[in-house]
Formats: sequence, structure tokens, C-alpha cells
Amino acid sequence: MPAEPFFKIVIVDESPIRAAILEEGLREAGFTSVERIGDMHNLLARIYALDPDVILIDLENPSRDVLEQMFQVSRAVKRPIAMFVDQSDSASIQASVDAGVSAYIVDGLKKERIKPVLDLCISRFNAFARLQNELEKTKSALEERKVIDRAKGLLMKLKGLSEDEAYVLMRSTAMREKKRIGEIAQSIITASEILK
Amino acid sequence: MTGHPLRIGFIPLVDASALIVAVDKGFAAAEGLDVTLVREVSWSNVRDKLNIGLFDAAHLLAPVAIASSLGLGHIKVPIVAPFNLGINGNAITISPALHAALMAQADGDPDDPMVTAKALAQVVAARKKAGQEPLTFGMTFPYSTHNYQLRFWMAAGGVDPDEDVQLVVLPPPYMVESLANGLVDAFCVGAPWNSVAVDLGIGHILHFAADILKRGAEKVLAVRGKWAEENPDVLVRLIRAHQRAADFIEDPANRAEAAQVLSRADRINVDAEVIGRTLDGRLKISPDGTLRASQRYLLVGREGAARPDPVQAAWLYAQMVRWGQTKLTEAGLKTALAVFRPDLYDTAIGIKGGNGHSVTDGIGAFVGPVFDPSDIAAHLKSFAIFRR
Repeated sequence: MPAEPFFKIVIVDESPIRAAILEEGLREAGFTSVERIGDMHNLLARIYALDPDVILIDLENPSRDVLEQMFQVSRAVKRPIAMFVDQSDSASIQASVDAGVSAYIVDGLKKERIKPVLDLCISRFNAFARLQNELEKTKSALEERKVIDRAKGLLMKLKGLSEDEAYVLMRSTAMREKKRIGEIAQSIITASEILK
Repeated sequence: MTGHPLRIGFIPLVDASALIVAVDKGFAAAEGLDVTLVREVSWSNVRDKLNIGLFDAAHLLAPVAIASSLGLGHIKVPIVAPFNLGINGNAITISPALHAALMAQADGDPDDPMVTAKALAQVVAARKKAGQEPLTFGMTFPYSTHNYQLRFWMAAGGVDPDEDVQLVVLPPPYMVESLANGLVDAFCVGAPWNSVAVDLGIGHILHFAADILKRGAEKVLAVRGKWAEENPDVLVRLIRAHQRAADFIEDPANRAEAAQVLSRADRINVDAEVIGRTLDGRLKISPDGTLRASQRYLLVGREGAARPDPVQAAWLYAQMVRWGQTKLTEAGLKTALAVFRPDLYDTAIGIKGGNGHSVTDGIGAFVGPVFDPSDIAAHLKSFAIFRR
């Protein structure tokens, strides 16, 4: 089913990478009118200028409270907006809070028409969180590799072992003490610094 | 032995102190509760996470608890407040330029909000005449005590908060920066942000919230109504831990330690000295070092502050009606009153009733008739400015 490309969507997100991932997804789905706001100064004025139908904002953003002002039906608010979710839709709230995103739509817009936007947003936010997780893991794995290499060098020097022997010694110690090899390597480095 | 696990959300503000001290000084653990505190960045997040059950309890703006129970601005989730985390505690801070303009017009004691409200009306009129932009006031949330206190104050001087000035929501940590770079001319926010602005030399504290209302419920410990029904025993223990924390904080001998606990990076993350000033109610109000002390600046536990008072709920509901956020109905008032639960507090603390204060109508507003929760319509008619 073709999407409804005439929705104007604004992404409020200080993370340019996450916003880009989301924007790409929205464009692929046929939503061509997508703008990002990454700077929170004068947020409302900029939203009014863009006049979107849908606003997506990450939950780590303190400016989320600023958007809630747009619920007010007052002169200051040009087009009142509403929470995307309604009373009967607690699953959607749960899913979006878990993903770390919240959606607001112009009051009166049929929620079922926007549902694909939110679903896409949730899945992209989750994908971003997974990516970030993997990146963290890779980083710490790299760190650990460096620590193991240093400890290996110390063992080779202090005990006159070959590289393979030093590694086997650390691995068997780790297995015996039910610890990760990185932890054993770290304690070798710490001990050698104390004993220096 | 591990305690009953609870996740509780909070915003880094000094009026979260009973909650933070209850956890960090071990009062919650002593009641068999294993509390994880979650520092949040927006009231919307706190509300949503409480509503959907990601939090068991939360440090929440009293009007948000009422709005959530009424289904205003969000889905309707009945919330109850069995413990009042703070009475008063906000302040109105203004830029040096606005301060100079107000003081030039002020006819009387500048601590008197009627004097400053009238001065504000003159400044607003002069700006209009000169074709200048309207003044902009920052506050924290549409359903906030800050919003209502600002409106109550300026309307008393004849300034219509929707017509004559701009009120904008700003996250508390952005207030100071926004005042510094001229995005707002003034703001109303809780501690420590007013003191931070004064210390930086970019703001003057014009009023303590206590100048406007002698007693204004500020933040509450909020739980879902359903959760309260399902966990009566845990709730009793949670209230008791909070009471012990409030008593601890209110003992002047413990102030320095309390401020230290609150200042931690994962708590309020502001210098302990600044937090101490707020707890003591001795604030530097001007960059020139002028001090002002008030016994009423922030009440954490004294004068019966911790006991939820339904009169406060009625007053906040009346402000929602006054400013067009909801229509006045019997059912709405009943819902609002039911948010504040002195009965739950009394059960936990083991005392019988009694408010422990001497403010006649429980509010003590600086202007207007004695507040009568049973006739909000008549009460509101006594004010010249309100959204009909």
C-alpha cells in the first residue's frame, strides 16, 4: 500500500545519526516531507514555521515538555496537537516509551493513518539502540584485546614465556577462577604496576 | 535479605529531597524497600512512565497528578498522592533589565506581589505603546504550579497572561541559559535554578512562591490509584520512609548532610552550598549579594507540609478552570479532590487528622477572597481576568 506522502513530519532529535536513520526510513516508505530539528532553541517557533502534521521526539530530550504546551487551545498555539496514543492504545505507548520515542499529531488527524509512521519510528529507534549497543560491545572488546596484549607482553618478559604460552596461562587461570580472560589480564597489569 | 523492589522516577530539583534522602540515607531500606531512583529529563516522561507502570511511584508536579486523573493533555490514569513532597519552593526570577524597569515603577514594598504586579502592568503598557515585543515568561509545564503562580500574580495587577505577555514552557535546566541570552525576560521555577541565575549575575529573584500563596502544594509522591489498592502494605512503608526523611531534612543539625546527599552527580548535581540555601530558606536574591530569608520558602515536612491536603487539589483544579484548561464540573472537582489522600498518610504515620498549620483557608493567597472549595464558581467570579 502506498504511504501518504503529503504528511509533513518533523523529527526533533539531538542525535543526527539516529535522526538520519529515521529520516531515511520515512523517505523509503514514501514520506518525502521530513524535516529535522536538532537545536532546541526557539523550538516552538521553528515548529510553527514548519507547520508539521506529525512530530517525533526522542524521550531523552528535555524539550519534550515544550511540545506539551501545544496541547493548549489558546491564542499562543496555532494548530493544537495531541498525543499520538489514545485511551485504548496502551500497547502503542508501551512500545514507543520502550523504544525511547514519542509522537504528537495535529489534533483531528485520524490516528490509523499515522500508525505506520509511528511503527516505523519505533522499529528504527530500536534498530539504532541495537546498533549503539553493538558499537559499545565492539569498543569494549577492542579495549579488552589491548589489555590482553599488554598482559601477554608482561608475562613473556617476566616469566620468559612465548606468546602462545603466555596466552594459554591466562586462559587456564581465567577458567580455573571462573573469570573472563580480560579480568585476569587487568589484574596482571595492576599487580605489575604495584610491584614496580 | 533483599527488599521489595521499586522503581521511582524524579526530576533533579530540591523538592525531590524527601524521596532522595529516603533512599540514600537508608530509610527506605529500613522499611524493607529496595528503591531504584531514576533521574528523568521531562515531566512528560515521568508522567508516561508512571502511567504505564515503568515506575511504581514518582516525584510529580501536583497539577500533573490531577491532570492525569482527569485525562487532560494525555490518557486518563487515576493517580493518588499519599505524601506531599513539598509546600512552596518556587521563585520568580527576572532579568536585570526587567528588574530595573519594575523597580522604577514600584510604588511600595517590592516584596509585596501586589506592588510588583501593578508595576508589571505599567511596564507591559509602556512596552505596548512603544511597539516593543511582549515580555516572555518561562515556566515548566502547562499543568504546573509555576504556570498558575505566575498567572495568579500578574493577573492581580491587571496583566492578562494570555493577551499581554507570552508564557512559554522551558525545561528547568534550560531556564538560566534562556534568561542569559534573552529568550525569556523572567521565569518561575523551583530550586536550585533561581539561585543559579543570581549567582551568575544574570537574574534577580523577585518573589518567593510563598509571597503569592502562603501554602502551595508543589510536588507530590505519586502512585497509580490501582497500584495503591494492590500494594497497601508497600505503600505504608514507602510513606513512613518519606516521613522519616522529611523529619531528617527539617532538623537543622542535618541540613549540611542532607545537602551533601542531594548534591551528588546522579541526584540533583548542583553544589551542596546552593542546595543548603534553599533548604534553609536564606537566598541570595540579587547579584549584589542581598540576602532574603523566609521561614516559608520551602516546607518539606514542617507545618504539616507532608500531609496531602485536598484543599490544595481544589485550588489547583480552580486554576485549571480559571485559565481554560478544563470546564468546571462537580465530577471534575470530585476527581481532583480524590487525588490528595490524607487518609493514606494518616494510616501510615499512625496519627489522626489535623493539618498542623494556621493558614485560615489552607492557601493564604495574597489577593482575592478566602478560598472556598465548595464554591469554585463564585470564587473565580471574584477575579477580573479569567477565561470564560
